[in-house]
Amino acid sequence: MNESRPTSWLQLANPAVFNRWADRLLWPLVIATTGLFAYGLYGTFFVSPADYQQGDTVRIMYIHVPAAWLALFVYAGMVLSALGTLVFRHPMADVAQKAAAPLGAAFTLVCLITGSIWGKPTWGTWWQWDARMTSVLVLLLIYLGIMALWRAVDDPLRAARAVAILTLVGAVNLPIIKFSVDWWYTLHQPASVFRLDGPTIHPSMLKPLMIMALGYLTLYLSLLLVRMKTELTLRRIDRLQRLAAEIPGERA
Amino acid sequence: MKAWLAILARDLRLARRVGAGAELGLVFFLILVSLLPFAIGADQRFISRIAPAFLWLSALLATLLGLDRLLQADEEEGVLDQFLLAGAPLEWLLLAKALAHWLVTGLPLSLVAPLLGLMLAIEPQAMIPLALSLLVGTPALTLIGLIGAALTVSLKRGGLLLSVLVLPLTVPTLIFGATLVKEAALGRAFTTPLMLLGGMTLLMLVIAPVSAAAALRHARQ
Repeated sequence: MNESRPTSWLQLANPAVFNRWADRLLWPLVIATTGLFAYGLYGTFFVSPADYQQGDTVRIMYIHVPAAWLALFVYAGMVLSALGTLVFRHPMADVAQKAAAPLGAAFTLVCLITGSIWGKPTWGTWWQWDARMTSVLVLLLIYLGIMALWRAVDDPLRAARAVAILTLVGAVNLPIIKFSVDWWYTLHQPASVFRLDGPTIHPSMLKPLMIMALGYLTLYLSLLLVRMKTELTLRRIDRLQRLAAEIPGERA
Repeated sequence: MKAWLAILARDLRLARRVGAGAELGLVFFLILVSLLPFAIGADQRFISRIAPAFLWLSALLATLLGLDRLLQADEEEGVLDQFLLAGAPLEWLLLAKALAHWLVTGLPLSLVAPLLGLMLAIEPQAMIPLALSLLVGTPALTLIGLIGAALTVSLKRGGLLLSVLVLPLTVPTLIFGATLVKEAALGRAFTTPLMLLGGMTLLMLVIAPVSAAAALRHARQ
């Protein structure tokens, strides 16, 4: 890292410095999110063409696909945070990790639910043990496990390290799970029932999709900042209460 | 090496004397298998079809049984602290614990599985592959469980959490294991799933001791 820069990433370890930066970034992000979603949803519903086979149901794609991307993106970010916790002992890394996990789970859930709603009219079923759906489901289970571990360990520092290790183990396992599920699926059912990849996407659909994806990204980043600030405040309250409890004769 | 053998012998002796060892796991396995026909009816052909999957699921659950106590008792008695103080690498010592756990759960399970397969009307030619798949695959389950046990070691009631953490990671092992038996029952070659299953076990042999040791070290800083 460049030491001459006024705010290196190490300085962000100071909660006050972090909060100042978060405050500066938050409003632009919220405005960007609003703008991108407004433009993206307009594109979704009014500009982009209906599919010649699926009709208007194809518009679910603009909600569904970015959620799937984010589900993986958040996990990748959590892996970086886990490295930050274990290797660099960066105090903000585990705050970010803790803040990210429920958001990742939420995006995964949105992906599954919208996929299910999309599946009903196009495939005629709410749920299919399809390779992709199954691996996304396992991803959700891993997210839930991480959240459960966060809640189970009292001490945030110890919880952070345990979760970091779990996140890394999960990261090693996710490609294997993906591969094994693909293999299991192709073995049991020939890929003739439905074609997920379809034709290469037309630019008129790609543009709203990309805008929605950017909107999801800025939404994620704003929520992440808010959650990180909340977590910092919660820890501060916890610390102050402990301090107050230690002083004899005074109550928090 | 001496410490390693001592830990292995101690854990095996504990399992035998405390009685929560091999027999109880096998009884659990047997109960699960005998519950299946009650749940789905006595249709032999149907049972025969789902038997490989069910036997693998039962093996998975039976492996989970002792996991929450795998490291917890040692944590409470301070044995893990001694492990950390000992000169030998913690990863290596944990491997002995995992091996002891497998010797009293996975191994007997694999050996009696053909017998239970008989009860569930598995094709005769799939009996040996069934035992083989469990023999090769259950070490992976134990090793994944070792990670979960290390992560939840300090929790008072970590059993359920442990299962939630561990089960999603066992998906590949389950897939390859159950597929192997199914392929064998259909009279087809099963080298590919067998090799993948072996690969899972070898991979976990590398990952699990390292991550479990890291979890234990970080838990006491």
